[in-house]
Amino acid sequence: MREISVELITDTIAQMCIEANCCLNEDVHTALERAKQKESSPIGKEILCQLTENADIALQKNMPICQDTGMAIVFLEIGQEVHITGGLLEDAVNEGVRKGYEKGYLRKSVVEDPFLRVNTKDNTPAILYTKIVAGDNIDITVAPKGFGSENMSRVYMLKPSDGIEGAKKAILETVEQAGANPCPPMVVGVGCGGSFEYSAYLAKKALLRPIGSHSDKKHIREMEQELLQKMNDTGIGPQGLGGNTTVLGVNIESYATHIAGMPIAINISCHVTRHCHKVI
Amino acid sequence: MNVSVPFTAEQAKKLKAGDVVNISGVIYTARDAAHKRMLEEYDKTGKFPFDIYNQIVYYAGPAPAKPNEVIGSVGPTTSYRMDVYSPVLLRFGLRGMIGKGIRNNEVIQAMKQYTGVYFGATGGAGALLAKHIESVEVIAYEDLGAEAIRKLVVKDFPVIVIIDSEGNNLYETEPIKYRK
Repeated sequence: MREISVELITDTIAQMCIEANCCLNEDVHTALERAKQKESSPIGKEILCQLTENADIALQKNMPICQDTGMAIVFLEIGQEVHITGGLLEDAVNEGVRKGYEKGYLRKSVVEDPFLRVNTKDNTPAILYTKIVAGDNIDITVAPKGFGSENMSRVYMLKPSDGIEGAKKAILETVEQAGANPCPPMVVGVGCGGSFEYSAYLAKKALLRPIGSHSDKKHIREMEQELLQKMNDTGIGPQGLGGNTTVLGVNIESYATHIAGMPIAINISCHVTRHCHKVI
Repeated sequence: MNVSVPFTAEQAKKLKAGDVVNISGVIYTARDAAHKRMLEEYDKTGKFPFDIYNQIVYYAGPAPAKPNEVIGSVGPTTSYRMDVYSPVLLRFGLRGMIGKGIRNNEVIQAMKQYTGVYFGATGGAGALLAKHIESVEVIAYEDLGAEAIRKLVVKDFPVIVIIDSEGNNLYETEPIKYRK
């Protein structure tokens, strides 16, 4: 049994909230640079240049890439040989978010009730997913999610007869209808299969995968490649002002599902697609 | 092209969709919660918390300023959430709105009727846009935190005219040119 203190969890999460918000991930940087070369719209190209310049300023000043520093989504994979000491895990995570958002000058964007809408002023609570795995480490992913793009996300409960073509149609339709709203170029995470809520969880997990990585499954990999092309052929372009850079990446995760169903969830993200990963 | 505030109807009429514009002067931040309160305040008192005539509202809620900085990152938020409030403000003389994303038909009709302009700033470029802000003052609804109304003094704040006062709309005219 390895002991891990709640203080270590709190401090790690606090640091990760700041890092995820202020440092644009390398895969996004590379994808933006590549898109700049290929973009045929002059305004589109200018916008892509603004986004890389913006990321450079954010990194240099250690300030958030975007003012929407998101709601903190935290994934913990906890080794079953770990004993957490000194307090409760959930409190430790929320304390980490509280500290990180304060120390990092990140925006507090969480309200305590969807209808009463009073700001909690410290960006808590986080949304926490835990999984018990083998080993004696804790694998932490912090993925603060902005809501301009979150609002454009959807779950479809398709029929098995809709097939892979039906799924592609639903995914493409979601991106087309999102249009200019989620700050394109977007990153698209898709969850296929599972149940109603699990498909959405998979879509969120898909956004954590690097841009340009592909599924091991041939039919899913082909789907990712075909959809990326079709999304960029919509003409939506950077900020919805026209061009051929609408989407930087399409990541699809799939899972077993029920004989009667085919849930498809699409989680739209902006170019920032904040996420930070550490093992303690 | 440069735009200064007060932003008159005559100035607004000269701007066409696609114009790249630098705004200098005072603009006011307001998001969903501030818009809701502004209209509630008007219903109760007959006044807005600032004179909106010939002014520009920026749909934004900044990140907190670090020590020795004027403001934190401050890019635009998605505008459609303000669609329900904008026609009333345009009727009272609001001249410009800065945001990102589509507007509904009611907003566009009100822009045509009362001469309003919808500008787009680059969403996700909040650190870059912060460099164009010279001063910040919370002038109303401080309890809303990031959503409070802030008076910003901006210099050469970079925007594009997305929808002009005749209703020409880049979101309608541009993507189609690149569609395959």
